[in-house]
Amino acid sequence: MNWALIFESRNLFVEGLWTTLQLAAISLALGFLVAVPCALAMQSQKRTVRLPARFYVYVFRGTPLIVQVYLIYFGLPQFDWIRTGPLWSFLRDPYWCALLAFTLNTGAYTAEILRGAFATTPSGEVEAATAIGMSRFKAFSRIVFPSAIRRALPQYGNEIIFLLHGTVVASVITVTDILGAGRTFNARYYTVYEGLISAALLYMVLTILISLVFMALERRFTRHLKGVE
Amino acid sequence: MVTLQIALGGLGLAILLGGLGARVSLSRFALMRGVGRSYVFLVRGVPDLVMMLLVYFGGQRLINSLSSQMGWERIEVSPFAAGIFTIGFIFGGYLTETFRGAFRAIAKGQLEAAAAIGLGRMRTLLRIISPQLMRHALPGFSNVWQVLMKSTAIVSVIGLQDIVYVANIAGKSNREPFLFLLGVIVFYLALTSLSGFVLNHFERRLNVGERR
Repeated sequence: MNWALIFESRNLFVEGLWTTLQLAAISLALGFLVAVPCALAMQSQKRTVRLPARFYVYVFRGTPLIVQVYLIYFGLPQFDWIRTGPLWSFLRDPYWCALLAFTLNTGAYTAEILRGAFATTPSGEVEAATAIGMSRFKAFSRIVFPSAIRRALPQYGNEIIFLLHGTVVASVITVTDILGAGRTFNARYYTVYEGLISAALLYMVLTILISLVFMALERRFTRHLKGVE
Repeated sequence: MVTLQIALGGLGLAILLGGLGARVSLSRFALMRGVGRSYVFLVRGVPDLVMMLLVYFGGQRLINSLSSQMGWERIEVSPFAAGIFTIGFIFGGYLTETFRGAFRAIAKGQLEAAAAIGLGRMRTLLRIISPQLMRHALPGFSNVWQVLMKSTAIVSVIGLQDIVYVANIAGKSNREPFLFLLGVIVFYLALTSLSGFVLNHFERRLNVGERR
């Protein structure tokens, strides 16, 4: 391992780190916005609402992320109306394609996690909210949603780590994320281990940080349960 | 076909490594437990594609330098072997956790009972532990298998001609990439749905004797 050489190229890795963090953070935020209505739609009484939501989640959870990225990046330009359409300036750029794929992917996984959490809301909590005269929206935003988030937290932490690991696919369509930086480094200096091991270490550090944050969050959100049981 | 071979080969290796990992993690010796913990930790911290590139390119370099020192002939690491090895290595780590949890779910009294009626260690393993281990481990095992199948798609990156690779090339030369990739989506959906169905069935069978 040539550590000096790695240190010299630190800018490359910092750039990659920044890209990975951006991709992960933006797609998680947007994915969450997709997931909440989607999780609610999955439990809707109306079939026309429920089935499309379930189908979306089924397709994105049942197929590999890399195929989803390929489909958007290589597949969509097949259609003329995409290439002449207003979104082409976004969809020709691998960065936005990756972002779109990651958002839809994590949106589906998060929707499934939230659906499970909503479904396990104790019925007494909802009844109590109704009994003291909360409207449906108020009961959802004050009672159901916070309690579901609490139950979903450990799984959501795992999902974040999965997505972080999923973002490596971006490097396959030429985005310089952490892995992309490692591969660029290897190509530049004819090395094998240095670039890849540095990338692996960076991903490990990020994984550890995320786990630590989520352990702290979990302790905080469940502190009212301490001493019970 | 390559996709299925990689998935099944990887699964076989993963079960072996997972069993070994669980055995080591439950060992009496702290050093062995440490090895088990770091294995799981490593697998959880590094993305699958990074691991695969490390195995494929790093492994080739390692073998090259080894064989030149030993004076052997040049050995090529095939993408196929690298694919199976990486998938097996990664999911062996996940299965280690699954098996470890399942083993600990077996009541200690049962092991003591087995010892009390004079069953040997091998017999206890075969007659008492294994059947229950399967029941406790199956839900976790199904999850790992679902993730593993989807992970096989990354072998296309190291040039292995799995379904993703082939569809990508065919799509480009026919100028209909969307259609071919959609076919891949359908293939994976069929695979995950089918195995979900089969594994659910098994889960019900194994839990026949359980009261709810």
